[in-house]
Parts: sequence; C-alpha cells; structure tokens
Amino acid sequence: MNKESYSIPIGPVHPSLKEPMTFNFEIYGERIEKVNLAPGDNHRGIEFMGRQRNPIQIIYLAERICGICSASHPFAFCRAVENAAGIEVPERAQYIRVIIAELERIHSHILWAGVAAHELGFDSVLYLSWRAREKVLDLLEDLTGNRINYGIFMIGGVRRDISEEQIPRIRETLEYYKDIYGKIEDIFLNDPTIALRTKNVGVLTKEDALRLCAVGPTTRASGINKDIRQDQPYSAYADLEVKAITPDVLTGEVNGDVYDRIIVRLLELVQSIQIIEQCLDNMPSGEIVVEKKLVKLLNQLKKAKGEGIGRHEAPRGEVIHYVKLNESELPEVWKARAPTYNNLMTWVPMLIGQQIADIPIVIASIDPCIACMDRVTILNKANGQKDTLTKKDLHELSVQKTRRIAP
Amino acid sequence: MEYIKPGKIIELFEEKFDGSVINSKIEIKTAGLKKNSYNVIWLQINPEDLKNIVKFLCSITPFPHFAMISGNDIGENIELIYHFSIYYGERFKETSISLVMHLSKKNLKILTITDLIPGAQTAEREIKEMFGVIVEGLPDLANIFLPKDFPKGVYPLRKDEKGAAKMVNKEEEVKKVE
Repeated sequence: MNKESYSIPIGPVHPSLKEPMTFNFEIYGERIEKVNLAPGDNHRGIEFMGRQRNPIQIIYLAERICGICSASHPFAFCRAVENAAGIEVPERAQYIRVIIAELERIHSHILWAGVAAHELGFDSVLYLSWRAREKVLDLLEDLTGNRINYGIFMIGGVRRDISEEQIPRIRETLEYYKDIYGKIEDIFLNDPTIALRTKNVGVLTKEDALRLCAVGPTTRASGINKDIRQDQPYSAYADLEVKAITPDVLTGEVNGDVYDRIIVRLLELVQSIQIIEQCLDNMPSGEIVVEKKLVKLLNQLKKAKGEGIGRHEAPRGEVIHYVKLNESELPEVWKARAPTYNNLMTWVPMLIGQQIADIPIVIASIDPCIACMDRVTILNKANGQKDTLTKKDLHELSVQKTRRIAP
Repeated sequence: MEYIKPGKIIELFEEKFDGSVINSKIEIKTAGLKKNSYNVIWLQINPEDLKNIVKFLCSITPFPHFAMISGNDIGENIELIYHFSIYYGERFKETSISLVMHLSKKNLKILTITDLIPGAQTAEREIKEMFGVIVEGLPDLANIFLPKDFPKGVYPLRKDEKGAAKMVNKEEEVKKVE
C-alpha cells in the first residue's frame, strides 16, 4: 500500500462498502463453507477530519459520508446537535425534512432494484429502473438545488422552503411512480426466473437477525418489527402513521431470503409515496429554521454544553450519530455509524452453504452502499489451489446460472 | 415482555447493582405537531459491572438492540458509551439506553459482551483499534478498519501523545510495522 492512500487513515465512519471490500471464502466444490470479511480498505478518517470543523461545517462533511444516503447522515447529525444544544426545530422544517428523506428512500430503493437485476443478469431491467429513478432525482434538484448531496439540512431546520408552485410537481412525480409501480412489482415478484434465483437464497433467520442486531430492510425481511420511524418517531414521523413492513404483509409468510428483501423494499416504495402525500396534506406554515444568521447560530452552539443522539431510518437501516458539545467552537466528540456497519456480520450466515454464483445477489441483497467486490479469494479445498476471482468473473457466473435455470 | 417505564428501569438498575450506578437521567423528547414523546435514558456505571448490567438488560427484554460504542479521550480517562435501545416494535415505546463508563488509562480493560450480543463484535474491534482499549474475551482478529501495516501503539482517536495527530504532518517519524 502506498503512502498517499492513507495520509489520514483514521475515523470509524464506515461508508466504505461501495469502495474496496475484501471477502475470503473457503469453498468445497461449489459450496461456501467459511466467510471472512475484511473491510477497512477505504477508511477515510471522517471523524478525525470532523475534529477540526465546527458543527455547521460538519453537516457538509456528514453529507459526503455516503453518496446515496446524503440526506440520512446530515439528518441524524443535525438531530444529535439539536438534542445536545436543546434546539427545537420548527414544525414546517420537520415536514420538509421528512419529504426530502422519503424522496431519497424512493431513489435509493429503485437504484437497489436496478443493481439487483444487474447482478442476476437482467440488464434491461437495470436500464429501465434507473431511467425511472431520474424523475425523483430531477424533483430533488428542483427542491434542493442538487440531485445528490442536497445541502438542505441546517441545525435547527432546513435551508430552503417548499413553495406552493413546487407542490404540483411533487404530486405529479408521485403519480408517475404510482403508475409504474405495477410494472416494477410485476417484473420482480411475478417473474419465475427471479423467483428461482432469489427464493431460499441467502436466508437470514429471525434469530440470527436479532442476535446480530441487523437493521433496516434486512432485519424486516426476517420478520422483525423494527423501524425507527415507527418505534421512536422523530420529526414529522411522530404525526404520521408509519408501520414497519415485513414480507408477510404480502405473502403471509416470512422466509428471510433475498426474495423477501425485494418485497420489503418494493412495499416501502409505496409507503414512502403515502408518507410524502400525508406530509403535503398536513404541512403547517411558519418558519423553516430557528436561526437564519449562521454567525449567531455558531455563537449559540459555542456556548452550549451537553450530549445528544440523533437517529434516522435511512433506506438501508438505522443511522445513528452521537455529538458532545463542551462550550467550545468544535464539538468534543462526533461519532457516526452507518447501517451497513451493523448489517456486515449478517453476510456470514447468509452466505454459508450457498453457491459461488449466488454471492453477488446475496451480497447485494442487504444493499451495502453498493456491492463492489474488487477481489474475492477462493480457496479450493479439493486441490488446495488459491484462485482470485474478479467482480467480472463472478458476475459472469451469476448470469450463466440465471440462463441455466431459466424456464 | 412487559413494558417497564423508564423511571422504573433506573430504579431496577439501582436496586440490583447497588453503588454501581453513578449517575442517571431521563430525557423526554417531543416531535411533530402533536408533540408525542419518547424517552432517552443515560446511565453512568462502573465499568466492572458492564457485563452484568448488559446481562440484566437482556433479561428485561430478550434482544436489546445494540447500536454502537462511542468513545472520548478525556485526559486521565477514556469515556466509552454503549448505545442500546429496547422495546422496539411499538410506536413511541422504543427507549434508548446509553451506558456511560469512565476507564482509567492506566487500566484500559473491559469485558467483551459478544457472548451476549454477537452483533457487538465490529464495535468492540473498533474501540480496540481506535482507543487501545483491551477487550477481554474478544478473539484477536486482524484490524478491521485500520490498514494492516498501521504502526503499533498509535490509537487514532486518542487526544494524547498516543494519538495520530503526529502522523498528519510527521509521518516519517512514526515507525512502521513489518
């Protein structure tokens, strides 16, 4: 490893699964017997960087922890600072925050659907679903100014209001997704090939999910009723009826396999649309931020003393931030934890006993900030030979398996 | 499992672990137009009793959700906070419980809780690397977040002389492990 790659190699934020992540598998024939995970190849030291920044600067750093969850981390961070400093967020800002967070969930879940289709070898579905995702990204650009990294969160509220003229456009976009939802559902839930590739594959039992403290759709697909929007409602979620979605809503049974994870994410798309509609109907008027002048806000935070936790149900699960303010310009502690950090260990029970060709879809099924396996080392027990498979080889194996079993 | 109110939970802890609970507070947070509320519990405890307290927490509710461990270097001591939440599954019932502990830098040792909550392994490995806390009972595995050739005896999130601040500008002074 060269020196440039880790000049500041510190910081326990764990956004890196999109980037290098090494898996070591021990296989017997085609069957996986042992899984070793080796993350940390792309640790950026974000918490360490946060030590030299004031709370407002950290919002933008937190936004860049993940390119897809770019509303989730600032949401959790702002809540942590607000809890620590005792700031109450105006109601209108709470509603705007929820609208942005749910729009993010729509685009994230559609992105995931595309990735899953790609891993199975349905590239036309990938193109079509990502085409459908453009619509919500355009809407986000209209509302916040950016397609990703929205820059809309501020301690004590949001930076931009949603005007009356923008509401018809939001409704129009929601109608568009309601229209195409039937098609998405038909492709993913009724296609016999997808069912063959995903049913009883990558099973995570309810007990394993509880023991490993899994979060988000991964845990809900195993039948656990866990969703922060339901259990500990914050912001506008406290006014809305949000229920955790488990796969038995649709099929009447819980298997905890990849197919169930698809069901949960698709149903959450519908749920997000309903939440946004409720928000638009009930949105109160008023201020959108507690303190408009940033210098004044910074001064207030400089005098604050206290600690706070901020939690948010991101598309992938619970994001939690902890902040401690100690009457100084810089926060004393800032700790961030992304959902994949908790879901990491669930790969082990999911992958053991599976075939090599199932690795891509099982890994993608927890929606790690993208399953990019640069390098997979495979130890063949039969002849003791060590082979390295690249992502391309694995993808090829996965596509071949789909062709083989397609009816 | 029966729902126990936050005040009662603290009483139970104080009763069961006499003298171990140093500090406690309950925060009530409200949100939305209807101002519904949920509870956050902070407990400062004696680090030696961590394992028993977590065991007791598991007896109150079968699978407490373990979120993360946050750490802070406060001079003589390292402050560790174990963030849990219990009673998930019902609206407004979920209660966050944060266990605060102060570990002396002269004796940085804590018992692992992975036998009770296997999901805590990643977090325990992380505090081991970042703060140099010895987690007793945790298998000695390779670095999880730091590179394999990271210098020994440097703990990135420490704020004292063992911290990584010197690596930012004077990297050549830090010896590398073979």
